Amino acid sequence: MVRYVANKFFYMLVSLFILISATFFLMKAIPGDPFMSEKKVPPEIQARLMEQYGLDKPVYVQYFKYLGDIATGDFGISMKHQNQEVTDIILQTFSASLKLGLIAIVISVIIGILLGMLAALYHRKLIDNVAMILAVLGIAVPSFVLASLIQFIFGEKLGWFHVMGFDGPLDYVLPVAALSAQPIAFIARLTRSSMLEVLHADYIKTAKAKGLNWMAIMFRHVIRNGILPVVTYIGPMTANIITGSVVIEQIFGIGGIGKVFVECITNRDYTMIMGVTIFYGVLLMLARFITDIVYVLVDPRIKLTGGKEG
Amino acid sequence: MAANETTFTSVSAELTPEDFRKIGVDEKQAEIIQRESISAWKDAWQRLSKNKLAMASLVVLLLIVLAAIFGPMFAHFDSSTNDLLNTNQPPSKEHWFGTDDLGRDMFVRTWMGTRISLIVGLAAALIDLLIGVIYGGIMGYFGGRVDAIMNKFSEVLYSIPYMLVTILLLVVFEPSIGTIILALTITGWINMSWIVRGEIMQLKNREFVLASRSMGAGSGRLLFRHLLPNAVGPIIVTLTLSVPNAIFSEAFLSFLGLGVQAPRASLGSMINDALTGWMYYPWRMLFPAIIISLTMLAFNIFGDGLRDALDPKLK
Repeated sequence: MVRYVANKFFYMLVSLFILISATFFLMKAIPGDPFMSEKKVPPEIQARLMEQYGLDKPVYVQYFKYLGDIATGDFGISMKHQNQEVTDIILQTFSASLKLGLIAIVISVIIGILLGMLAALYHRKLIDNVAMILAVLGIAVPSFVLASLIQFIFGEKLGWFHVMGFDGPLDYVLPVAALSAQPIAFIARLTRSSMLEVLHADYIKTAKAKGLNWMAIMFRHVIRNGILPVVTYIGPMTANIITGSVVIEQIFGIGGIGKVFVECITNRDYTMIMGVTIFYGVLLMLARFITDIVYVLVDPRIKLTGGKEG
Repeated sequence: MAANETTFTSVSAELTPEDFRKIGVDEKQAEIIQRESISAWKDAWQRLSKNKLAMASLVVLLLIVLAAIFGPMFAHFDSSTNDLLNTNQPPSKEHWFGTDDLGRDMFVRTWMGTRISLIVGLAAALIDLLIGVIYGGIMGYFGGRVDAIMNKFSEVLYSIPYMLVTILLLVVFEPSIGTIILALTITGWINMSWIVRGEIMQLKNREFVLASRSMGAGSGRLLFRHLLPNAVGPIIVTLTLSVPNAIFSEAFLSFLGLGVQAPRASLGSMINDALTGWMYYPWRMLFPAIIISLTMLAFNIFGDGLRDALDPKLK
């Protein structure tokens, strides 16, 4: 187990290192320097600026300094919001996104599993069909379309919720709904197919034959084994929610990190882009790392040979 | 078996040699095939054509593709000509889908956008296919150390969040249709390569491969004539399902301003443009949103149907 975890952790670090380096060198590959577009500055000031940002040194020196800074959590100063540290901006805006994302994850898991279980138990009946139609719709309709749609219907036309802004608890409803639609659909489909498989497994027949009552079979065998594949979805779900939140925050006017990301890309605020990219990268890789570990913990059948086959 | 034996013993007492006669089986009869033989493809097609939902989505897809090709020809507007006297007009006889904030005809723009979204989706999927099949084929066929190294490499690459890489690339290289497709495929092929690898690994130990090898077939022939054609089912399914992914990714990039650039438009960038005033001009959002949802829906349902048809073992 320890070797397995260490192995996964090592590869996470390798990937992270590649991402960090790629970010650095890609940003360096952009022609010109960050102070070009401003009005003509005297060369002395230009040089002074370059020196202040460490841009006058050779690339490899900058690279190692950059690595060192990141290791201590210092992403530099935003190029557009002068005097503001990238790390500070990220930390300030992250809490709103974190709340939104966590609620969406919890809701997705609960509703998705319930929906998938119902569909499996009532296989080929009305509930199953309805659930699966919802699931296909959830996967196919892009989150930004859904977000605009429910914003229009429930915010604008019916007036049940605020169209924009993010103050009271009610304001969470629409963004969370838009954000969790796709994960719910995926989880429901995963749960359904694995539950169907489990329901027809021999050990369920054995349990029935032994006279175990229905509730015990459901809770001890079917559900426990049926929701296993959902664990593998933790990683992709985090990615899904993060990309989703970038758009959803934009649509609902929520001041989270997703909105900052869109802004810094449109402003070409390079230090900010690097910071948020690496921040997202760490988040996503951690999610995948946790998935790998949780999966082994809940499913002892997996062999610990350093990685899944195929 | 048990039942047969008992009847046999009870009847046996009355049997006489006359009861036995040679029927004489003509062994040639066994060679005659009564029904027309069905190839695997016909079989799959038969199953697919029974799946009403999948067939309906195939029709929808064909209609969308046809509309994207021929739609713009039916309107006498250009997709990028501004008409500042007629901005934000609701749908009318003149402009079937209304006009946008620069007075451009939404009907033409929607179908031009569909065209670009489809091109991006299909091209990205095809490039993924090409790289994935080659890389995955080599991994699966040679196995051993080659496989271990190449697989590790793809795993490391895969664990770098692909959306971030795509965004970074497009920040650096100005977005155009070409760079967008390239950025989408930079890690998009990995999934396909894993599918191909898994299939080849299963297939390469089968008897027909051994037979072919013992007749002197080389690696290239084995891989391209025997192994890959047999793995084509899962490959096609993965391909079908990766098209809507690419279309969605491009739409997402549009939100970051990294999608297809004006005056060109994709469905995603049109939806993004419409966001600002869409409470007042809902048609600007509605038509592209409907088309993109329909396209993704149809690709997904058709892909699922295809999977059921090509691999009846799976549910």
